[in-house]
Amino acid sequence: MERKDTVGLILVLLSAVAVFAALWMVFFYAPREVTMGEVQRIFYFHVASAWVGFFAFFITCLAGIIYLLRGGRRWDILALSSVEVGLTFITMTVITGSLWARPVWGTYWTWEPRLTISALQLLIYLAYGMLRGAIESPERRARFAAVYGIIAFVTVPLSWFAIRWWRTIHPDILTGGEGMAITPRMIHTLLASLGAFTLLYVTLLRSRIRLERAADTVDRLRLQISQDPRRGRLS
Amino acid sequence: MRFLEVVLTIAWKDAVAELHTREILSAMLVFSLLALFVFSFALDLRGEMAEAAAPGVLWATAAFAGTLGLSRSMAREQQTGCIEGLLLAPVDRSAIFLGKALGNLLFIVLVEIVLLPLFAGLFDAPLLRPEVFLVTALGTVGYAAVGTLLAAIAVNTRAREVMLPVLLLPLAFPALIAAVQATGGLVEGGALSDVASWIRLLVVYDLVIVAVSVLTFDYVLEE
Repeated sequence: MERKDTVGLILVLLSAVAVFAALWMVFFYAPREVTMGEVQRIFYFHVASAWVGFFAFFITCLAGIIYLLRGGRRWDILALSSVEVGLTFITMTVITGSLWARPVWGTYWTWEPRLTISALQLLIYLAYGMLRGAIESPERRARFAAVYGIIAFVTVPLSWFAIRWWRTIHPDILTGGEGMAITPRMIHTLLASLGAFTLLYVTLLRSRIRLERAADTVDRLRLQISQDPRRGRLS
Repeated sequence: MRFLEVVLTIAWKDAVAELHTREILSAMLVFSLLALFVFSFALDLRGEMAEAAAPGVLWATAAFAGTLGLSRSMAREQQTGCIEGLLLAPVDRSAIFLGKALGNLLFIVLVEIVLLPLFAGLFDAPLLRPEVFLVTALGTVGYAAVGTLLAAIAVNTRAREVMLPVLLLPLAFPALIAAVQATGGLVEGGALSDVASWIRLLVVYDLVIVAVSVLTFDYVLEE
């Protein structure tokens, strides 16, 4: 049972190095932002986690489509794992967003488009989790979750436009607009954070998939034992 | 039978069943009136405040009342065993979906026909305009479509009625924002061209949602 997971170990080490390198860049390489000061440094991890969250839900949608077309437990596992990892990151986005909003806009929460869409994604995929929890049959659970994962992801861009037209006070990054003075060093740091978080996502996703497979194995073994009591008498 | 005939027959069946029992429409209407009461007192809606809040309250009421109708209509299919009959019938699954969605659309629209003049009178808001009717229709089509798909999912879960609003409301978010904003713009005296971008968003939402629902409904019914 206990197999050596070399790839996993390498991924964990790489992610650790990448995240610490990104952290170093955030604090020592990137310059201090002129108007917002030190608090702006939260921006790098905030944006990176938002990106990973959105990407994770995209993977869930994709896995759902493949599941409906071809079937196969592995696609359901991928969809489920990606939602769980994505939820972790999107929660981080919402929390870092509020922490950032407090000193910059003077309030923990503003209905700013990007923050709102993250919070909305959080709610959508919490609902996804509840849906899975409320269905007994594994086959039906996978099917319904796939349908929900697809239609939910389709509404995210539409919500995005709706919220964006509704109101916007977010600092206009990258174009260097009025909100934030962006320098090349800041771009490097942002790219490093994006890379590190994406790698972390892959690592966590892989672990979650392995966990679900292990749970499947345990279920199968349990079933075998219950069907044949003699084999259940261990040692 | 031709495709359209099947769709209309299924919607007609829902309407006739409702004529006999009247349980869905009466529940939706009474609930809407209660919601109206609750909102009026919770937000202290009087004068200018009332006119400004009218579009939001209208759509919130319609959305909540909609979830009642959607889950009841699907639960009735299951309790009476009607859904099994539909599945055995040699018709296209997408026709079943469109028929059910059309029936649900009819229920919600009937409630809105009562709500609009009521809101116009109570909140002194100019809601009885053809432009508002257009926005109402566009907002309701997408809501009824995604609601029908999710009600078919929710009715097969352990939580049933509890599940539908949790699944539906976050996905109806774009339609609700666009509908509230468009209605608000019209109430403030704007023309249709002033709220054109919201109407475009509603049309895109309706098209995308109906297309995805038709494509995926087959997998929801597959047993």
